[in-house]
Amino acid sequence: MDKQADKKKLSLKEKYAHMTRGLDWETTYQSMDKVFPQAKFEGIKIHDWDKWEDPFRLTMDSYWKYQAEKERKLYAVLDAFAQNNGHLGVTDARYINALKLFLTGISPLEYVAHRGFAAAGRNFPGVGPRVACLMQSLDEVRHSQTQIHALSNYNKHYDGFHDFKHMLERVWYLSVPKSFFDDAFSSGPFEYMIAIGFSFEYVLTNLLFVPFMSGAAYNGDMATVTFGFSAQSDEARHMTLGLECIKFMLEQDPDNLPIVQKWIDKWAWRGIRVLTLVGMMMDYMLPKRVMSWKEAWEIYFEQNGGALFGDLARYGIKVPECLTQCSIDKEHISHQAWATFYQYGGAAAFHTWMPNDEEMDWLSAKYPNTFDKYYRERFTHWRDEAEKGNRFYNNTLPMLCQVCQIPMLFTEPNDPTQICYRESEYEGEKYHTCSDGCKHIFDNEPQKYIQAWLPVHQIYQGNCFPEGTDPTVEGFNPLAKVLEWYHLEHGKDNLDFEGSRDQKNFDTWRGLATKNNT
Amino acid sequence: MSTVFIAFQTNDDSRPIVESILADNPKAVLDEQPAMVKINAEGRLVINRKSIEERIGRHFDLQELQINLITISGHLDEDDDQFSLTWKN
Amino acid sequence: MQIDLRTVSIKPVRQTFDHIARRFGDKPASRYQEGTYDLQQTDIFHYRPLWEPELQLFDVRRTKVQMKDWYALKDPRQFYYGSYTIARSRQQEAAESSFEMIEERGLAELVPAKLKQTALDILVPLRHVEWGGNMGNSFISAYGYGTAITQPCLYHAMDHLAVAQYLTHIGLVLGGPEALDTAKEAWLNGALWQPLRRHVENILVVQDWFEIFVAQNLVLEGLSYPLFYDYLDADFSANDGTVISMMTRFMGEWAEETAKWVDAQIKVAAAESAENKALISGWVKQYRTPVLEALAPLAKRAFGDKAESVLTEVAEQFNVRCTKLGLVI
Repeated sequence: MDKQADKKKLSLKEKYAHMTRGLDWETTYQSMDKVFPQAKFEGIKIHDWDKWEDPFRLTMDSYWKYQAEKERKLYAVLDAFAQNNGHLGVTDARYINALKLFLTGISPLEYVAHRGFAAAGRNFPGVGPRVACLMQSLDEVRHSQTQIHALSNYNKHYDGFHDFKHMLERVWYLSVPKSFFDDAFSSGPFEYMIAIGFSFEYVLTNLLFVPFMSGAAYNGDMATVTFGFSAQSDEARHMTLGLECIKFMLEQDPDNLPIVQKWIDKWAWRGIRVLTLVGMMMDYMLPKRVMSWKEAWEIYFEQNGGALFGDLARYGIKVPECLTQCSIDKEHISHQAWATFYQYGGAAAFHTWMPNDEEMDWLSAKYPNTFDKYYRERFTHWRDEAEKGNRFYNNTLPMLCQVCQIPMLFTEPNDPTQICYRESEYEGEKYHTCSDGCKHIFDNEPQKYIQAWLPVHQIYQGNCFPEGTDPTVEGFNPLAKVLEWYHLEHGKDNLDFEGSRDQKNFDTWRGLATKNNT
Repeated sequence: MSTVFIAFQTNDDSRPIVESILADNPKAVLDEQPAMVKINAEGRLVINRKSIEERIGRHFDLQELQINLITISGHLDEDDDQFSLTWKN
Repeated sequence: MQIDLRTVSIKPVRQTFDHIARRFGDKPASRYQEGTYDLQQTDIFHYRPLWEPELQLFDVRRTKVQMKDWYALKDPRQFYYGSYTIARSRQQEAAESSFEMIEERGLAELVPAKLKQTALDILVPLRHVEWGGNMGNSFISAYGYGTAITQPCLYHAMDHLAVAQYLTHIGLVLGGPEALDTAKEAWLNGALWQPLRRHVENILVVQDWFEIFVAQNLVLEGLSYPLFYDYLDADFSANDGTVISMMTRFMGEWAEETAKWVDAQIKVAAAESAENKALISGWVKQYRTPVLEALAPLAKRAFGDKAESVLTEVAEQFNVRCTKLGLVI
């Protein structure tokens, strides 16, 4: 009789425990504190790492199996897309500018996330979270590379994609997402998990991905849709990791609650500020719009987030206070941001434009309380001026918020005609922030935020010119030199969509693909 | 009670999975969107391996769900036979 | 008959990204190139790490090794995520198939008792050594410099997890969950394993990431893998222990593949400067001694009287390998 058949088959939970928990041990020749030097400095108390519940119990061989299948399917589509000039299938070439924002502002940060999760995957004393973090680190390499590969074909044909890492490090609006990830990676492993694993990958993830991916689907961008859906299945694992992290921390010791709450407050706000760029993209950069930022906020934060925070209430977690202002902001920030990018379109590595009448009507309908009252007239005026040949470009640089690094374009919650300014003093210097949320963050950790490399400050200090530049020369054009330093090609990467090389090429190529040559 | 949900890519592989879920969760609601199918339910959603196997005629490992999964909402629990999503509030 | 398929021919504005073109010229680039070169930020950082405020987030000073161009450390396998997972999925399919066959047909019962015991005593506790390899490579992936080397080190870390899991599976097949407990007890308290455990724990507190690379990926793996997955494996196969060989097939193939990658990094880094060469050679000498000392009792258990000659051969082959890489050891 076959003894094997009689042996009790191990359950998924049991097998997984042997495959992961069992591998680890308490070191004795070197102290655990030396092996895990970052485990305690943040003040989070963990008494029993074995209480960690593994969300997706994926062994490494299963990981390879399922991920390889996803990769095969994805790259087959990317190949077909490239072979068949799939880029000509988009609604119109203005859409492609959303992708430029994506490649310069998000893809290199997926890479930073990979490094951050590798660090978390080394620094937690518990095996369970380490394995989950390492798998996420691997997933983030996947996301970074599949995005680059998907958008590589666009880079070949359109401007603004060509030097994304160089631009991410320098260009003024890209310091917004860059500083977000620098902030997370410079923090300890527990804060990192609340910042990225929980706040970004759980609370806010749908507000980043649904707009971009649905935007791609609505605008005929097969490559990005395919990448998006493929990546989303990884995101499901990330979400469960983030949720398990916060549950675990809160269940281990009541003393962890105030620390975790502080981090949620900080990172929800920092994340929401970064999402300003996404709101702007949804309302202004998608020729075929999916939904308004206001609608996305209502579904994915107010409703979904409600379910989440309702669940966490039993631990004593409260919805971050600063978020109440978001129900007012949701009707304003996309318009305010687009207005800013429109006027600074000379220094942006993507094209900008004013909406046409049909698009303005959509905005009026989606924002009945705000668009016509505060923004339509100004936008119509700018559009009229552009048609007359006076396209408005603002040549004075904007003040940036010390924390989120967005230009100070946000208005007071109770008065949309007043720019919101907040001020803090630290060691004899004044620092400026855009909101109560950012001021609160600054005041909690001033020693961190005074270090920020603010792009506009740096330009004015003369740190953003190519090596060997002489600013004393007759007729010196600082903006031109800054663009050179950015590797931003003036007349190709920037300025209005009307008259751009992108516009000309797209129309010509579309014509080639649909008309007969003589 | 809060809504839990699960969303899949719309394709041949996910169709029997979606059918199983709807059959096993009578109060679940189907939400079809471009290229994606979402299933919402109050408080709890359960996916049974056996139900899927009945429909596809072969052995199914619940971890295969990951190939076409897009997103979820709720606390996840999985074992060899079942995959469940719940909100406790 | 020639079929000439035509799609509309559109002339691209550029063939690749600028940072790739700066290195290789404006021509179509491979997925490995576009996914690897110059991806890590290098120049501007907003905040000092709370966990190491004297250095930047990504900082060349985290190792004493110095390179003019950290991307000279390219991976000869050209693994980016897609090619890595697809390659490994083929290997796992073969491994899964072997394990299934062995389990379904009860083939473990056919292994001679002595051989089974050797596998349980030697292979199963190695899962903990593998876990040390995972931790070391995770460290490099987090704190190393340049995507060219940090990317494959993450793959290497996850490969070590996979090997640890295959060894766990072997333990379950040969002796059930109790075998894992026995192996862990031996790892923690058995005389045979203490020198190696001490050594693994010493590597866990090294702070120079390239030193970890040398200690773990070159020296520890370079000596232990041939010992266990070539020599010991040959013994298994020659003595009716083919079933064990089937279950360790992944490890043997993997070691051969990864050695090529490890060799390429060491060779390039050592050739860069006399300082690097001296540094790396010094590390090899420093780590070789305790590894050989730690492997001695395990070799004795595995090979009996032949232990000394086997270990000598393994050490000699290792020395030849290092010399070929330009090291002075």
